[in-house]
Amino acid sequence: MSVAAVDTRPVRSLDARPLLEVKGLRMHFPISEGVLMRRQIGEVKAVDGVDFSLKRGETLGLVGESGCGKTTTGRCILQLERPTGGEILYDGVDINTLPPAGRRALRRRIQVIFQDPYSSLNPRMKVGDIIGEPIAVHGLVPDATKRVARVRELLSICGLDPNFADRYPHEMSGGQRQRVGIARALALEPEFIVCDEAVSALDVSIQAQVINLLEDLRERFGLTYLFIAHDLSVVRHLCQRVAVMYLGRIVELAACDELFDNPLHPYTRALLGAVPIPDPTVEAGRVFQPVRGEVPSPINPPGGCVFHPRCPVAVDGCKRTRPELRELRPGHWVACSEVS
Amino acid sequence: MSALLDVRNLHTEFRTGAGVVRAVDGVSYTVDPGETVAIVGESGSGKSVGAMSILRLIPDPPGRITEGQVLFGGRDLLGLSAEEMREVRGGEIGMVFQEPMTSLNPVLTIGRQITETLEQHRGADRATAERRAVELLGLVGISDAERRLKQYPHQLSGGMRQRIMIAVALTCEPRLIIADEPTTALDVTIQAQILELMTGLTRRLNVALIIITHNLGVVARYAQRVNVMYAGRLVESGPAAEVYHDPRHPYTMALLRSVPRLDRPRQARLDPVEGQPPDLTRLDAGCAFRPRCRFAIAACAAARPPLEEAGARGHLSACFRRDEIGAALAANPAANQAANQAVA
Repeated sequence: MSVAAVDTRPVRSLDARPLLEVKGLRMHFPISEGVLMRRQIGEVKAVDGVDFSLKRGETLGLVGESGCGKTTTGRCILQLERPTGGEILYDGVDINTLPPAGRRALRRRIQVIFQDPYSSLNPRMKVGDIIGEPIAVHGLVPDATKRVARVRELLSICGLDPNFADRYPHEMSGGQRQRVGIARALALEPEFIVCDEAVSALDVSIQAQVINLLEDLRERFGLTYLFIAHDLSVVRHLCQRVAVMYLGRIVELAACDELFDNPLHPYTRALLGAVPIPDPTVEAGRVFQPVRGEVPSPINPPGGCVFHPRCPVAVDGCKRTRPELRELRPGHWVACSEVS
Repeated sequence: MSALLDVRNLHTEFRTGAGVVRAVDGVSYTVDPGETVAIVGESGSGKSVGAMSILRLIPDPPGRITEGQVLFGGRDLLGLSAEEMREVRGGEIGMVFQEPMTSLNPVLTIGRQITETLEQHRGADRATAERRAVELLGLVGISDAERRLKQYPHQLSGGMRQRIMIAVALTCEPRLIIADEPTTALDVTIQAQILELMTGLTRRLNVALIIITHNLGVVARYAQRVNVMYAGRLVESGPAAEVYHDPRHPYTMALLRSVPRLDRPRQARLDPVEGQPPDLTRLDAGCAFRPRCRFAIAACAAARPPLEEAGARGHLSACFRRDEIGAALAANPAANQAANQAVA
């Protein structure tokens, strides 16, 4: 792609200090055995040493297949898991050393949009209460009448009829429900939103609507997104930088266009090659060789480079040494010893 | 060459509390021997119900096939007895479903699920059936077959389970396999492996394949023919290249326009299909896509456009303005792609 495709979308602040810094993040879940005498027999290394940072107003994509640790990384940032190692600095403060009051205040600034609008909305609550509850809990709008007005405003910001406040989630379509999920995330006026597969469950025709909405909101409210997804074409559309994860580690990290135009890690290349293009003529002209094997178990990951058993360019050394992320070009990081 | 499968004017409806839902509302299409046909549509478009109707796997009540014919090798499947239909399912027609964990029996070994099919349909003895099972596992790329046959579904990964499903579908040398979202639950790299395997095998063994999917990329890579469904009806049908490059139904055009593509420059904004999917209990006499359609005219409210020839041979569209759309596209080939091009 040419220079013309360089990202021109506004990044609100040029503040040098990142809004979020993740350093050496580890989340190992214990595996226990036994009924009376519980003992730990191993651990799942869901996230195993992840580093990245995010500037204010930026959207970082986190891609990878199931079990690569992308969702767990998001959950650690949301304080839904307590990491077993590493640091998460939000606005310069380590969120895991905060006192309870500080953690709660932080929850207002960091919100989440989940994948499944069917299971992430309480079916017994009216839409207005779903969106109004966090506002009441955090005491943002103590006055009940004003709160109702605020809920109606949020609905209309998200492209819904304000009268939907009186409906139940089951009376709405999937796309409308996801808009409710977005309105709920916006209710606390956050700066940072973790979008965990936020458009994956939606039908093709609705997906584009919600993607456009997310972009509009980012611009309007100066939001920063961590966009977790497995759909590479959606990630490419929305993100300014992209990190590719495999078995708990980042294997490649680069500016969006750089990553898609010039993927360096063999896993990133395999992922991109596996995505079929919706055009029979283009597809007919592509030479396609699916990557062999399956993702190994994170309980007992392979030694050395975790991708080596499936890698088309692996050499003997890959079985022994785990490659660290190296900056091969400005801003383009790759964890592979065989590319340069 | 006569068609292997000839679906004629199929109607399937469900009686629900909210009213009668015509999930499949007069669908006709054919599948030739060895051909791969994709059925594309969104949730609720009737693509799965249509396929389940062919196999007569519609729970009754609330569902019922009310009209039509399903001619398979000249026989009307809708006229068969339950006993005869059981022979067809898993015999001449194999099935692969979306979620292999729920479609394999969790308390039977992999081996048993394959040999059972053989014993039921072919009257094979245990030893013959087991030999064939080992052979089938090899065919679907599972090494170490002897050990795998003794395992249970939960001991296998999702991709491995889907390979088993394909092996089961192939057991009795079917002439047709119906695959309902066979790779939707799988990861991208595994999805690619399974689709390659499935299409490779069906080509080699000359088995016809119906793939039901919502993924336009999968269709482009694997299907020879495409049927696009919307609100229980076929809105467009034709050779894959025709439908993608010269779409004649506004819904197909809008769908193709709305997906971001990896092979094109990044665009500033996506061009979505506006509006919401239709409520099937409240359809009127007009075209169901009308409320979301950029090309709608008064005639669209009066009657449903029939599926008729548009452009090339074998290319059908259910739109009153199918020729105008084609002409506009021919005058300006970039029209449907314009929005997809860089606005950098």
